[in-house]
Amino acid sequence: MDDLIVKTITRLIVPFIQLYGIFIILHGHISPGGGFSGGAILGSSIILFTLSYGLERASKKVPHKISAILESAGILWYIFIGLIGIALGGTFLANQDSGFFMGEAGRILSAGMIPLLTVAIGIKVASTMVTLFHTIIEED
Amino acid sequence: MKKLMLMVVLAGLFVVLVSSILKMPALGSIDNPSYNEVTHYYLENTLDDTKAVNVIAAVITDYRAFDTLGETTVLFTSIAAVISVLQISHHKKEKNKGEKQHG
Amino acid sequence: MVYLNVVLVLFLIVCAIAVERTKDLLGAVIIFAAYSLVMAVLWLLMKAPDIALTEAAIGAGVTSILFIAVISRTRRMEK
Repeated sequence: MDDLIVKTITRLIVPFIQLYGIFIILHGHISPGGGFSGGAILGSSIILFTLSYGLERASKKVPHKISAILESAGILWYIFIGLIGIALGGTFLANQDSGFFMGEAGRILSAGMIPLLTVAIGIKVASTMVTLFHTIIEED
Repeated sequence: MKKLMLMVVLAGLFVVLVSSILKMPALGSIDNPSYNEVTHYYLENTLDDTKAVNVIAAVITDYRAFDTLGETTVLFTSIAAVISVLQISHHKKEKNKGEKQHG
Repeated sequence: MVYLNVVLVLFLIVCAIAVERTKDLLGAVIIFAAYSLVMAVLWLLMKAPDIALTEAAIGAGVTSILFIAVISRTRRMEK
């Protein structure tokens, strides 16, 4: 689509959508939200960019290779956090027993491994949405 | 005749479903079967166990973190299936083009 | 508050029947997006803001975009 209004509005609004998604991911243990909804918002911001600027420029911003790496990195990071629990003498995915930094309730830097896992889920869901859309609309 | 029987069966189903809805406990009432000692444990001990204010996030990513790992695996499997189905057809077309140019 | 709930649930039922009745698949996708939005409001009224956020982002946003992408690769009208 080659429309000036759509392109300008998209350029203005995409950073705010991405900021909101990152806010929801990072505040997953304090306010409603979490990895799935924040990742979906992040992914839909890139889908909006693809719709208004075309697949060519969007796949320059988020190439297939990088989204594939992010996808595997999300789930591997999740398993790695779980294995830290075993290494430090707890069970798989143990939080307080394996000695994560617990902090004070209500702060962003608190709750041990919950923010780390939320970030992993957010990256995974966002890259899944983007890869799914780019793969479906790809011209053959 | 067939339509009449269908109507009778659907009416019976309707009566059964509506009567079961009338027997259900109200939204958020204390007599709810899901409101048992597990709920009490989560509401009382989440703050000490995980230091997270959002109890739902604590349940999803701490108490039931292994289930969330399974959910993430479902996402990974689905995207792997989609890519392997759609990209194979693209690769085949590119390969055919290359062979035609060579020949 | 109860009347709002009843109106929303009635709208939900009408939307669900209309999605099944519509021959135009693009129109059906848009009705389905409206269904998801009303469902998100209902989750909010049932005091589940987490699910409401996810439903509004995935159900009304990403799902309808994916459906429209698939329709653009196939036919628009149902046979």
